[in-house]
Amino acid sequence: MFKSFAPEWEGFEPGRWSNTSVNVRDFILKNFTPYDGDESFLEGPTEATTKLWEQVMDLSRQEREKGGVLDMDTKIISTITSHGPGYLNKDLEKIVGLQTDKPFKRSLQPFGGIRMAQQACKEYGYEVDPEVVDIFTKYRKTHNQGVFDAYTPEMRLARHAAILTGLPDAYGRGRIIGDYRRIALYGIDMLIEDKEHQKATHFVRMTSKNIRLREELSEQISALKDLKKLGEIYGLDISRPAKNAQEAVQWLYFGYLAAVKEQNGAAMSLGRTSTFLDIYIQRDLERGILTEREAQELIDHFIMKLRMVRFARTPEYNSLFSGDPTWVTESIGGVSVDGVPMVTKNSFRYLNTLNNLGTAPEPNMTVLWSTRLPLNFKKFCAKMSIKSSSIQYENDDLMRVTHGDDYAIACCVSSMRVGKEMQFFGARANLAKCLLYAINGGVDERLGIQVGPKYRPVEGDVLDYDDVMQKYDDMMEWLAGLYVNTLNVIHYMHDKYSYERVQMALHDRDVKRYFATGIAGLSVVADSLSAIKYAKVKPIRKDIEIKNKAGEVVDVARNVIVDYEIEGDFPKYGNDDDRVDEIAVNIVRTFMDKIRKHHTYRDSVPTMSILTITSNVVYGKKTGNTPDGRKQGVPLAPGANPMHGRDSHGAVASLSSVAKLPFRHAQDGISNTFSIVPDALGKNTKVFAGDLDIDRLTQEALNEDAE
Amino acid sequence: MSELTGRIHSTESFGTVDGPGVRFVVFFQGCPMRCKYCHNPDTWEKSGGTEMTVREILTLYERNKAFYGNGGITATGGEPMVQLGFLTALFTEAKRRRIHTCLDTSGVCYDPGHPEKFDALLNVTDLVMLDIKHIDDAKHRQLTGHSNVNILAFAQRLSAQGIPVWIRHVIVPGWTDDRAEQLALGDALGGIRTLKALDCLPYHDMGKRKYEELGIPYPLPDTPPATPEHAAAARAVILEGIKKRLRRDAKSE
Repeated sequence: MFKSFAPEWEGFEPGRWSNTSVNVRDFILKNFTPYDGDESFLEGPTEATTKLWEQVMDLSRQEREKGGVLDMDTKIISTITSHGPGYLNKDLEKIVGLQTDKPFKRSLQPFGGIRMAQQACKEYGYEVDPEVVDIFTKYRKTHNQGVFDAYTPEMRLARHAAILTGLPDAYGRGRIIGDYRRIALYGIDMLIEDKEHQKATHFVRMTSKNIRLREELSEQISALKDLKKLGEIYGLDISRPAKNAQEAVQWLYFGYLAAVKEQNGAAMSLGRTSTFLDIYIQRDLERGILTEREAQELIDHFIMKLRMVRFARTPEYNSLFSGDPTWVTESIGGVSVDGVPMVTKNSFRYLNTLNNLGTAPEPNMTVLWSTRLPLNFKKFCAKMSIKSSSIQYENDDLMRVTHGDDYAIACCVSSMRVGKEMQFFGARANLAKCLLYAINGGVDERLGIQVGPKYRPVEGDVLDYDDVMQKYDDMMEWLAGLYVNTLNVIHYMHDKYSYERVQMALHDRDVKRYFATGIAGLSVVADSLSAIKYAKVKPIRKDIEIKNKAGEVVDVARNVIVDYEIEGDFPKYGNDDDRVDEIAVNIVRTFMDKIRKHHTYRDSVPTMSILTITSNVVYGKKTGNTPDGRKQGVPLAPGANPMHGRDSHGAVASLSSVAKLPFRHAQDGISNTFSIVPDALGKNTKVFAGDLDIDRLTQEALNEDAE
Repeated sequence: MSELTGRIHSTESFGTVDGPGVRFVVFFQGCPMRCKYCHNPDTWEKSGGTEMTVREILTLYERNKAFYGNGGITATGGEPMVQLGFLTALFTEAKRRRIHTCLDTSGVCYDPGHPEKFDALLNVTDLVMLDIKHIDDAKHRQLTGHSNVNILAFAQRLSAQGIPVWIRHVIVPGWTDDRAEQLALGDALGGIRTLKALDCLPYHDMGKRKYEELGIPYPLPDTPPATPEHAAAARAVILEGIKKRLRRDAKSE
């Protein structure tokens, strides 16, 4: 498709990527230089890096002192080209570009929902310009408005009672990774040409599906044109491919910047860029036009920019996610499908930013771990983990089977082929609460109102395992249907009113879409069912006052089971005990199978995650007492973790329980938050003298005498 | 005939400080010693714990053996040698399955009058971590309620049998931090030809909570925890003692 081998590609091994189609993976595999050495080549920060980072730290301090936000846009609606150039210090920055015209100034993004934007401003003492409010209330519908126009009463109720939680119906869904590398490799003009071709060769029979795609392709092309203008705003011509390492990093960053200018998504992940960029750095090093010190400086400045990404968010949002995360996840390492570790020197340089700029949660450095990674890299990862506690690990050996060797992680665990697959983020269903609904016949244990279907509640003085399981199965059946349909509404509206045009412009035309559902409370459910099965659990019933919004009592729900008395012990998830671990496995499979029964928007492939990393705290607040003895308000365990303190047989047993969960029924990812004090990993060499040898000691003693 | 069972306090699937590599650790129930600084008083009583068979224990090991590549199994407690028959059966089967075996013991159950009684166990033991509480017998009695004579004899037996030994010694302020005594301990250790490691552990009082739960008065209420520096200094002195002994032995040969 490409007319000629671009002059900027000089020195690269040609292939399908250069003469057939947009194919970044082919480019990487043909050109990357594996590295199995150690970290001794790494360089510290340059003077410019240190100076810039001090400035960023100072801005962070000011931001904290001002109550969490330094400055906000209230009038300019953020688009790719909405702002003039912004700098920290133009003379020192090797990589440029800010979300607005000033560092740390948060942009105004009302397309997800104007009320959310207003609340976010109001909370920090700002007010959205009335004219903007007017436009987005009277003339331009938002995603949020669209969703609520279509929601059924049942969906609203499930949302209110928090059996469905964290739904992206008032904020950007995120989790879509543009293949930002394409900009560096091909330049914008070639990408536009490709998109034009895609449009010209697409179906011409005007079904709603085809019309939608044609419109989207046009949107994508206009986003690419805007992206080119974004380069011009900073005085750079990104219409052509990047010709050196600095340009490659810069071009790629512009793509990411355009995405965060237009989307305040729940997770705005970066992709898998380090080994790609290493190819450019390696070429420059070999040409003698770049030193290692300069290479590290480019990466440091790039990472610095990623650490500066800010969004305007409401306090509720922040409490759901425990802070203000952007989830700039970067996937590092992994092994190619033909067995070559894809670790390069740049994999080290990325992790080295934790030394040069200090430790930070963003970007979320994620190592795609394989038993076959080079030993030196493994050691460096371990060292940096101990030092920074900031590295996430994911099982490449597991995911490579499904996604090949050019996938990346969005958010914390969602895997997708870069530029070829995307996902509809679906937050999660609270399975712990669903169990309580099964016990109470659909009555919410906190609110007293009928949320689920009015099935027969549990009767009698002791919970019977078979009875509860049957009721639970019915309740999950209901929940799965409601959940999928709610998400269908959300994603239909998000596509319609807040389409991710620049991210999708950096995808193939015919992408595979995942319909990513999720569950919360797995360990609570497993332990509760185990308690019911192996111990004796007695329900405690109470009347609950039902209140209206004003807090007035309007009704009373009779005999709601609100607490449990447990007699005897029971196996707990997290101890490698099949009696309970099998319950957990079974729940995952059962719920996923129920999800699979339903129609999903845009023929997306349903998947499921078990991954709440922070929101488990909020979910715990909204879930009543559970039959495992957990009290109302106590956080659910994060992700697939065992409940805190219940895994009593050590780390391996705890990990083994988690490892039993079937990936094929939780393909969107399974997370386990694991912390360990360094001393528990082995002996400190200071107090432990291993490797003694009596003969050698004797020799030493005699030598000392001789001295 | 019913299968042989042992009384097991608990198992730990991720032991990193009880022998080389990552290890599966079996805590035996029951101990004759009453060390003042013991942090596992819940393992003292011989009647407690859960009855487990060799097969049950090794099944737990086998299902996660991928983690134990450079490690193995460690028997600790309590005092594993109290249940000598079961311990021997466990290690025999472990060895048959080519699992590295490590015995963490105080050696107090050793009987110098009948060394052959322990041969079956030592034949299937790859490493012994021997806890020496005090070198001075009178103080040893005060600290643990038992003499150290059998323990030192056990060390000699291990040396003679060629079994690698790691010595563990807890540094307790006011009890085991006397320089002369540390040199004397080094002198004794220098006689163990198979000595491979010397691990000086700073005393900590994290066991206090367990004593409270069991309603036992804490034996060292006024002793402060030792620092890692404290332990490192002690190790240096003991090593000095070891070298002195080796020098003397070399010259007398």
